[in-house]
Order: sequence, then C-alpha cells, then structure tokens
Amino acid sequence: MNMENIYLAIPLAPLFGAIVAGLFGWKIGRAASHWVTILGVAVAFALSMLVFKHIVIDGAETYNKTVYVWMISQGIQFEIGFLIDKLTTVMLVVVTFVSLMVHIYTIGYMKEDPGYQRFFSYIALFTFSMLMLVMSNNFLQLFFGWEAVGLVSYLLIGFWFKRETAIYANLKAFLVNRVGDFGFLLGIAAIVYFTGSLDYMTVFGQADTIASQNIEIFAGVPWSAMTVVCILLFIGAMGKSAQVPLHVWLPDSMEGPTPISALIHAATMVTAGIFMVARMSPLFELSATALSVVITIGAITALFMGLLGLVQHDIKRVVAYSTLSQLGYMTVALGASAYSAAIFHLMTHAFFKALLFLGAGSVIIAMHHVQDMREMGGLKKYMPITYWTSLIGSLALIGFPGFSGFFSKDAIIEAVAHSDIAGSGFAYAAVLGGVFITALYSFRMFFLVFHGQERMDEHTREHLHETPAVVTVPLILLAIPSAIVGWYTIGPMLFGDYFGASIFVLPEHNALAAVGESWHGPAGMVTHGVMQPPFVLAMLGVFTAWFLYMKRPDIAESIKNKSGLLYTMLVEKYGFDRFNEIVFAGGARGLGNLFWRNGDVRLIDGLIVNGSAKTVGWISGIIRNVQSGYLYHYAFAMILGLLGLLSWVIYSS
Amino acid sequence: MSLEWPILSVVIWLPVLGGLLLLISGERAARPIALITSVATFILTLPLYSHFDSSTAKMQFVEKMPWIDHFNVHYYLGIDGISMPLILLTSFTTVLVVLAGWESIKSRVSQYMASFLIMEGIMIGVFSALDAVLFYVFWEAMLIPMFLIIGVWGGPRRVYATIKFFLYTFLGSVFMLVALIYMYMHSQGIQTQGTFSILDFHALSLGRVEQIYIFFAFLLAFAVKVPMWPVHTWLPDAHVEAPTGGSVILAAIMLKIGGYGFLRFSLPITPDASNELSWLIILMSLVAVVYIGFVALIQSDMKKLIAYSSIAHMGFVTLGFFIAYDIFDKTGGWEKAVLGVEGGLVQMISHGFISGALFLCVGVLYDRMHSRNINDYGGVANTMPVFAALMVFFAMSNAGLPGTSGFVGEFMVIIGSFQANFWYAFLAATTLILGAAYTLWMVKRTIYGEVANDNVAALKDLNGREFVILSTLAVAVLVLGLWPAPLVDVMHASVANLLQHVSVSKL
Repeated sequence: MNMENIYLAIPLAPLFGAIVAGLFGWKIGRAASHWVTILGVAVAFALSMLVFKHIVIDGAETYNKTVYVWMISQGIQFEIGFLIDKLTTVMLVVVTFVSLMVHIYTIGYMKEDPGYQRFFSYIALFTFSMLMLVMSNNFLQLFFGWEAVGLVSYLLIGFWFKRETAIYANLKAFLVNRVGDFGFLLGIAAIVYFTGSLDYMTVFGQADTIASQNIEIFAGVPWSAMTVVCILLFIGAMGKSAQVPLHVWLPDSMEGPTPISALIHAATMVTAGIFMVARMSPLFELSATALSVVITIGAITALFMGLLGLVQHDIKRVVAYSTLSQLGYMTVALGASAYSAAIFHLMTHAFFKALLFLGAGSVIIAMHHVQDMREMGGLKKYMPITYWTSLIGSLALIGFPGFSGFFSKDAIIEAVAHSDIAGSGFAYAAVLGGVFITALYSFRMFFLVFHGQERMDEHTREHLHETPAVVTVPLILLAIPSAIVGWYTIGPMLFGDYFGASIFVLPEHNALAAVGESWHGPAGMVTHGVMQPPFVLAMLGVFTAWFLYMKRPDIAESIKNKSGLLYTMLVEKYGFDRFNEIVFAGGARGLGNLFWRNGDVRLIDGLIVNGSAKTVGWISGIIRNVQSGYLYHYAFAMILGLLGLLSWVIYSS
Repeated sequence: MSLEWPILSVVIWLPVLGGLLLLISGERAARPIALITSVATFILTLPLYSHFDSSTAKMQFVEKMPWIDHFNVHYYLGIDGISMPLILLTSFTTVLVVLAGWESIKSRVSQYMASFLIMEGIMIGVFSALDAVLFYVFWEAMLIPMFLIIGVWGGPRRVYATIKFFLYTFLGSVFMLVALIYMYMHSQGIQTQGTFSILDFHALSLGRVEQIYIFFAFLLAFAVKVPMWPVHTWLPDAHVEAPTGGSVILAAIMLKIGGYGFLRFSLPITPDASNELSWLIILMSLVAVVYIGFVALIQSDMKKLIAYSSIAHMGFVTLGFFIAYDIFDKTGGWEKAVLGVEGGLVQMISHGFISGALFLCVGVLYDRMHSRNINDYGGVANTMPVFAALMVFFAMSNAGLPGTSGFVGEFMVIIGSFQANFWYAFLAATTLILGAAYTLWMVKRTIYGEVANDNVAALKDLNGREFVILSTLAVAVLVLGLWPAPLVDVMHASVANLLQHVSVSKL
C-alpha cells in the first residue's frame, strides 16, 4: 500500500468512526457504535506502527506534502498537508495507542450511561483532531487541530450536561483556552507578517530573517521580532498545556468522565502545547528571552501546582494537579532547549498518567462513583490488578529508578542543571523540589486508596470487586510501557540521533549534549540514579507519605491545623479562581452593563435618537401652533416674511 | 462569460412577479407558490456561479438599456466577484425563510410571503445595479417590505422598532441621494450629458473636499445599514420585534448591503477621503468588536444577544476593508491588502449563514415557548437533543471555530490587520474570547443544565421541516469552513482590480 494513502487513512479512520457513531449511533445501537469507533482507532494505531517501521526503522525520508489547498489569498497558500517525520511518528504512536486503550476501557466505564454512543463519537472525533494536529505541516492546520481538540474537550467536560459543575467547567475550559488561542493566533499572524507563509518549512527557512528584525508594538520601543513571535505562540501553549496562570481550567475539567481525563486531560491534548513548542524549536532557539519565559513559567507550574495535589481529597483532582506539575516539567525541558527530553517525558507521561487516571477510574467504578479518598482505603485486597498497575504508574510518576518516568524526569533535571538560560537556576530548584512533592502526593493518594482502614460504608464494601476485563486489560497494557519504555528509548531519543532534523538546537543551548557526555547506557543511569539527590528526595517523599498517612495520621492532621494560612492558601489554589471570577468574569459583565446602560441605552438611544425624535416633536409642536387655521395669522406671517425677504434683497445689494 | 438570456433581470423580477401573484392568490395557495418561486429563483441564480468568469474583473451578465433619457439614467445591471456571492446568498436564504414561515405565520400568509419574495428581487437588484439611480430606487424600495414585515407580523413594540428602523435608514440614505445627484452634475460637461453609471463615478475626478463630503454622505447611509457603532441601536430593536424570517433576512442580507456599498461606492469613488478617514472607520470597527462584545455578554434576550453579536461580526467586515490604506502606506503597494478585503467579503457570506441560522434557532424555540428570554430556558438539550446539537454547532461557528465558516473571515481579517498595525489585530482578536464568552454562555444557560421548568419539559424536538432548514445551513457553514477556495477564488480578480484602483490617488 502506498504510504500516502496510509497517512491519509490514519486520521480518517477515527473520523469515520466518529461520524458513524455520532450521526447513526441511535440507529445502530451501543455495541455497533463502540465497535466502529474502536475499529477506526485500531486501524489508526496499526497504521501508525507501520509508519513507525517505515520512518524510524527503515529510515525513510521525511514526508511533507499538501493534501488539499484550503484557499489562496494574497498569494498565500492556506492548505491542509502532512509532515511525517520522527517527531510526528512518536506522537502518532502515543496518541493512537492511548486512545485505543481508552476506547476499550470506556466500554466498561460508561456501560450504564445513556449517552454511550455520543461518548464514543466524541472520543473518536478527538482522536481525529489530535492526529490532524500532530501531522500538520503548516500553521493553519495546526490551529485547526488546536481548536478542534479544544472543542471536543469542551463537549466532553460537559458530557454530563445536566450537572451545573460540569457545564461551568467546560465553559471555563473553553474560555481560558481561548485566552491562550488569542495569543497563538496573533503569533500566527505575526509569522505571516514576517514570512508571508504558513508552511513550517518555509517559515523555519526564514527564521534568521525573522530574528534579524524588530517590531515596535509600542512606538519607539523596538522588540526582537522572534521574541514577540515565540512568546505569542507560547501563550497558546500555556492555554492548552495548562501553564500558570492559564492552568485554572484543568482541575475543573475533571468534571468530565474519567476516560477522557486520561486521554485528553493527561496523555494527549494537554501535551499539544509541548509538542507545538518542540515543533517550533527552529524559532524558539533564536530567542533566548522566549526560552527564559518558557523555563520560568514551566518551573512555577511544576513546583506550585504539585503542592496543590497535597491537599486534595478527590482522587481525580490529585492526579489532575500531578498532570499540571508534570506538564511544568516538560515546559522546563523546552525552556532548557532539551526539546527531545520534553517529548520523551511527554511519551512516558502519556503512558503512566493515562494508567493512573484509568486506575483511578477503575477505583471509581468499584466505589460506585465515589471519588473522595476519605471514603476509600484498603482496596488492595479487593482490586489486585488495579492495585499493582497503579503501583507501577505511581513508581513511574515519582521517577523510581528503572521505571519509564525515571529516565525522562532525570534527563530533564540533568538538562536543566546544564542549561545556561536565564531562569534555569530557579528552574533547577523547582524541579528538584518537585520530585519530593510528587512522591509525597502520589503515595499519599496510593496509601489512602489502597492501604489502611476501609473507610467506605457497609453497602459499598459488600459490592467491592475487581473491575471487568475491558477495564483491567487496558490497565495492564498501559502498565507495560509505563514500566519499561524508558529503558529502551532513552538512548536513541535523547542521546542518539533519533529526532534528526525534526528538532533544532543551537550548540550553545545544547544542555542535553552535555548530559550525554557522561551518559553510559540505561543501566548505568539506573545505578548512578540511586545515589543522586532526586532519588533520595523521592524516597523521602514516599516515606513521609507513609509516615503521615499510614503510621501517624494524627501528625498529618495537626500539621494541617497548625499551618493555617499555608493550608488555606493551598485549598484556595492560591486564589486564582476567585481572582478570575471577580476580576475577569465579574469585570466583563460589569463592563458590559456599563457600556450597554450608559452607552447604548442612555447616550445613543436616550439622548441622541429619542432626543432628536423629541426635538422634532417639540419643533413640530411649535409649528403646529403656528398653523392655527386663522387667516389673519397667515396673513401676518406672510407680511413678516415678505418684509424679511425685501430687506434682505435691499441690504445685500 | 455570458448567457443567452438576461439572467439578472429574470432573477430580479421573477420573485417580484411571484410576490405580486401571491397578493391576488388566496391564502391556501400562498405557501406552495412562495416555495416554488423562491426555489426557482435560487436555481436560476446558480448559473451566475457556474458561468462566472473568475479571471476577469469586468462586469458580467451585463444588461443595459435606456431608462430616463433626459438624465441619462439606464436600466444597467451587471455583477462581478464582489456582488455575485451576495446574490447567491440572497436567493439561498430566501428559500429557507419561506420554509421557516411555513407554520409559524398564521395570519395574512400570502402577504407575508409576498413581502419576502418582493424583497428578494429588490435585494438582488441592489447587488446588481450599475446605475446609481437604479441602485437608489432598489435601495429605498427595500425598506418598504421590511417595514411591513416588522410592522405587521412583529412583536409588541413593533411600532417603535419600525419607526426607529425607518428613520435611521432613511436619514442615512437621503444624504447618499444628494451625493449621487452631485456626482451626476459634476460629470456633466458643457457639451456632454452627465452620467449616473457607477463605473463612471469610479473614474470621476474629485477634489479632496468634495471627496470628503461625498464620503460622509455614503458613510451615513452604509454605516447605518451595516450597522456600525454608534449608529447601530436600531438593529437590536428591529430584530427583537421582527418575526423570525424578518430577522433572518435582516441579518443575513440587509446588513451586507452596507458592506457592499463601501466597496462599490466609498472606496473607489472617494479613495483619498477614504484614505484620510480610514482611521475613523477602523476605530468604529474595533469599537464594534470590543464594546459590542461586552454589551452582547449581558443581554438577557436571545435575539438581542445575537443582534449585538452581528454588529461585532460586521465590525470585521469594515475593518478588513479599511485597513487597506494603512497597508498601502506601509508597503507602498496594494498587494498586501487583498487578505483583509477578501476576509471581509468572506465574513459577510459566512455571517449570512451563521446569523441566519442562529435567528432560526431562536425562532424554533420561540414558536414553542413564546419567549426569547434566556432565563425562561435551561436544559433544552434534555428534551430537544437534535436541536441542541445544531444550536451548539452554530454557536461554535459564531465563536469562530476553525472548520466552520465563522473562522475563515475572522482569521483572514486578523492576519490582514496585523500587516497594518499590531493593535488592530490585537483588538480584533479579542473576539476569540468575547465571541466565545457571549455565545457559549448563552448556550450554557439555555441548552445545558437540568430541565428548568415545565415548559421546557414539554418541548418537542425539531420537526422534519425545521431539521431540513437548519441542517442545510449547517452543511453550508461546514463546507465553507473546510473549503473556502471556491468562494474566495471568484473574488480575486475583482478585489485586485478594486484595490489597484483605490490605491491610486484622484488628486
């Protein structure tokens, strides 16, 4: 089969499934709906593996061609086209694999939901959009995919549209993402302005031209064009990849069903920003200022969002804050010019975080949709598969040596240590501190859910049992790469030439190369790793979690009570939500009222429109008095008029 | 390319005749006659696209014959790539409007349908007239059926709304008439007769001060129609009181006539005045996007909200047109101004589909609950899932989601305006946030949530007729969003020709 058709079939297969399940799901029924979408995604996965073989193993040339021309205006080609290189290939495999797992899992999770077909249609549509995003060879299609995944995310967060919290969360998610897209779109406009093209390769080819120019956004203040472009693009990434301060939508997105939390809000969509920046490495490399912004925002997110995970009681929210923190790690890697480490962590994180979410979902099924960890405990004996797979996921998350997360996280920490970019010092402290926090909240959750006292009510306990195979099989299949994928891929991806020309790094920024000099294979990294501070910090975190939540819960309670202000600050999520609610949401409504009542109603309509109508009425009232109907009035007026006219003729001549 | 038969006359007068026939036919035959006439007209407009020669900027399908010899007035018709899509939009929308009024109009059906058919012919006339007097006649005549539609079939405050609508638009057009007569006089030589041909007006040499007067005369007429801030306040009132069909025509087509006027008259006739005053139009456009965006946010009447959203979206049209001058100044050529103008044109077509669809959606709800108040709704998705899906789709298009037509024009104008000035693009791009906020907040409060009350619980989902109307529009929105090339391609030659002409000073 022709590779071109394969590339086309990868996104179209899930799209076909989505259309069939979406439009005809009511007719073909539940089973047919899940079969058609699963089949679509399975085809996409199988073909992605084929592409992987073709591009990575056989070493085929990068594919870069137009699929169709969307339009041409002003000589600019707006088109839909594919760029299939090694970066795309990783994303294809990760996206289709996780999506396939989630599709299968959904059969179990959504079993009793009346919106079953709709759900499958949405997640297949999501898969299509995400694939279009990562396969794009131009900014137009990137933006298409970007907004399309946002749309599906909106629909899925609000999937249970009767819940007030869900429809609040999806509106919030969409709007916050739109703030990011606002910057992103301006970034694209800037690119068109400087290069006259939307095509990646053409734009990258002109990167030096952009970098050599200035733009005066404020008159008299020339800014480097590249810095402006990159920061605008990065604002888009901040929205989608939930970086502070545009992170506020992600925790609330947990209102959506758990499978999509795993797929969209952990493994794939939220990493679109990371992918985008990596894809744009030829641009970001040319602006050290932009890289500093990136690393600083990432570091803030990595550290401070992790802290919030410590005070959550909802099992999904803990994982959500963990996702925020891990996205921060990836962003830090981007800022340190370790793009390949960011993508590497993106990949390992996709596996273990999807696993953790689906594990949490498995617990939620068993608990009859209770999500509060205070009502759990001791689930280990009821749910062995969920227990062991979640343990693997947690170990990968905290970076336990040998597990996939260990390799990717350590690589990031090492790269930051070697980076010279402004802000890397702070970032190093943040990612290192983050290791302890990650271990602490992860194992706090792990212990609270699976160990210790069984705190659920009697009825729930009686019904506790392991979830069915459609749920546990995806868990097992995700646990395997979570455990081992790092070992096999770190060499080529980070220190080999895996990405080749897909990622561009200036020699003076290349922190990973410095790390690579002292890298002697995965085994060496593991033996070396157990003596390093990150490992010690992680173990300390696990121990602290055990001590505080298993051994001496009274101490945890008294810490909570004593650290009043700090605790309140964490529970209030640093006040971001309240601030946005009052300043932005309230402010916009206030401004709308102000404009409408004073501008439209009072000034334009009240004074000018109705005012002039009244004036006309008033004048015509006077004129009406003049038209009295009495002949002598008219005669008098005529005389006056004649007099006036005559005197004007006489005096003017 | 051309045809053997006078296609423009046919598509102008066929619906007018159909309308007149309706006035003498009984109530019972009214609906089928109206439907047949509108469908026939739509089909007859299709050759305008299929036989259109997009390689030339010349007027096509031209018809010209003397009308009032004494003043050298002609019955002069012809179209180019700017007007042709608007004519198709008109004939397409009228079919949907006839269908939309099928059941909800119960009194004076034949007169109702007749008004729309006559208006269709007149509006096609506006878009194809190349003689200024003919244009003016169509322009004014258009008001009469609309006036009746709102005044007869409108809501409780229809008298206030019609008078406001009439005064606003009439006030605007009076000055345009003066300008047209002035140009006729001006074109008169000692030996030669003056002209009312719009194309001759384009070539008319005019001084700076003359141009400024003429510019303002046109501005008043067109700005009221668009409508631009601050002469927009008639629109929300007119929409609220108009029956659904009236709102659809108003939003989908009438507003476009203002935008069309800028391209056909203001820019080519008074290029220097437009240049000098482009800052004013850009300011008014950006105020429309931002200020009106906030105003739309707090509306509690769905129709008012969509009306305000229309004003904000039309801001992109005028913005796209008038950034051209900044780009001329900056780049020294007209080539980089194409994106903005074409973007404005695409926005006009797209807004025709989307605003029409949204008003139809409100109409669907209004027919069932007799309320436009957002607070009376909530949880409609529970009882009307098919409707909800379509409404969410149109809401997303209104918020400019890529893949729908709503994205195309905005995207082009934002990118185009970045070439003129960063801040234009910045302010225009706020629609990404504001547009999503006011549209989706409305959706949240009406469509989503628990069933709000017994009335919502009793709602019935779309019937076949309503489904056909809305899904046809959905397909149009989607096709244009996924493949705008067929629309944009027909504009290139005309837009290039226009910009080339406009970039040359008349002084």
